[in-house]
Amino acid sequence: MNPRKDLLDIQSLTDEEITFVLENAVPFKDLFRRSVKKVPTLKGRTMLTLFYEPSTRTRSSFEVAASRLSADITHFDVESSSVVKGESVLDTVETLEAMKVDYIVVRHKQAGIPNLIAKNTAASVINAGDGWHAHPTQALLDAFTLREIFKDLRGARTLIVGDIQHSRVARSTSLLLRRLGMNVAYLAPGSLMPREIPPEIPQFGNWTDALDWKPDVVYLLRVQTERLDEPFFPSAAEYHKNYGLTDARVQILRERGIYVMHPGPVNRGVEITDKGMDYERTLINAQVENGIAVRMSVLYWLRPGAEGGVS
Amino acid sequence: MAGAVRRLAEAISAKNKGARKLALIGIHKRGVPLAWRIAHELRAMGDADVLIGTIDITQYRDDLAMMKMVPKLEGSDIPFDIDDAQVVLCDEVLFTGRSVRAAIDELLDHGRPARVQLAVLIDRDGREFPIQPDYVGEKVSVSPDERVAVRFEEVDGDGEDAVYVQTSKAVK
Repeated sequence: MNPRKDLLDIQSLTDEEITFVLENAVPFKDLFRRSVKKVPTLKGRTMLTLFYEPSTRTRSSFEVAASRLSADITHFDVESSSVVKGESVLDTVETLEAMKVDYIVVRHKQAGIPNLIAKNTAASVINAGDGWHAHPTQALLDAFTLREIFKDLRGARTLIVGDIQHSRVARSTSLLLRRLGMNVAYLAPGSLMPREIPPEIPQFGNWTDALDWKPDVVYLLRVQTERLDEPFFPSAAEYHKNYGLTDARVQILRERGIYVMHPGPVNRGVEITDKGMDYERTLINAQVENGIAVRMSVLYWLRPGAEGGVS
Repeated sequence: MAGAVRRLAEAISAKNKGARKLALIGIHKRGVPLAWRIAHELRAMGDADVLIGTIDITQYRDDLAMMKMVPKLEGSDIPFDIDDAQVVLCDEVLFTGRSVRAAIDELLDHGRPARVQLAVLIDRDGREFPIQPDYVGEKVSVSPDERVAVRFEEVDGDGEDAVYVQTSKAVK
């Protein structure tokens, strides 16, 4: 497979590239059972995480992935840097460029910032979430997790539940799962359902209708707790009652053998209950483990300075 | 080829008599069928306990960053504990010795074998590393720009076992 410089979204990936990344992640996962869980693949390279929005999980997942590939890891601390003093993103990138890092993992609240950075650096840029736009490694790890469960994703059904409108996870994961032949439906309050939805995606407003669609997987989105105070957002209790995975719903899922996913971190008692977390078909921990393998696979594939960067 | 494989099996058997944990590990891609065939011979000779594994050295290659294409990973499959094992690495052609160096490095990340030996179907000139085989099926003298290609029916699927010597122009 030809290497690429950056991973910015799911759209720009070819089917062959998606398969390549997902299949290579399998041997990377096997590595975790070895006595030395590390390969020398990226020895001498440096990965830098540049998170304008805090995310301990995603950042540590990338850091573990890079360290298992023998890369050096460094973190650009946005909070305590001159960024807070008004340094622009491009000035920061110029600084990083001078440091000669090879991979930059970016998260930013504004969509498009990773693309902007990618255009202005020779380093490989990985989008770790930009605004409502994309979170491609999350989508890839979700697809990888589902491929472990279903031999063939084609025709299997995933119901995505929650704040679809403001979710980059929903956007990237939904896109990738459909590319892989899955059926996807949304369950959300009307105020959190995006306006423009492809016609092949059924939309539901309540669990009864959504479960009648016979999903194989229920994918719960994280409720951004800061949104709970906003006028169009239900309260935590209301959200839980109407859209959360209550104990009663866990029981229904159990009877029907439906799997549960969540990108983490979960708000217990809002999206999911303690019983939901302990439910035997909850894949949340598998998602975390697979996230490392998939990110290793992405780092293995990308190459600083390769063609196919943003023009 | 059958004769060369039998010779390898006999030599391995003779040198590892009474070894508690004998493991053949094939280096991807064509070391794998070689390991299987040697194991088959060893079993026919009454050595039923021989273990089999495969090793994908891609991530240990010293030229990985220079390769134009990113190789698809096959993964290593060593379904036993290699600590204290008598490991015989198997590869179809020993040329520069770089693959074997990579394989030894990877092997040590799986555990600590008691001893590591090397079995090759073809030993050719061109070593760039101080690595020598313990077991050789056939020694071939070729010039540096020639390529020795081994084809195994079960991997290459063209209904033949063969060893070709190709001049660089003929290599596809």
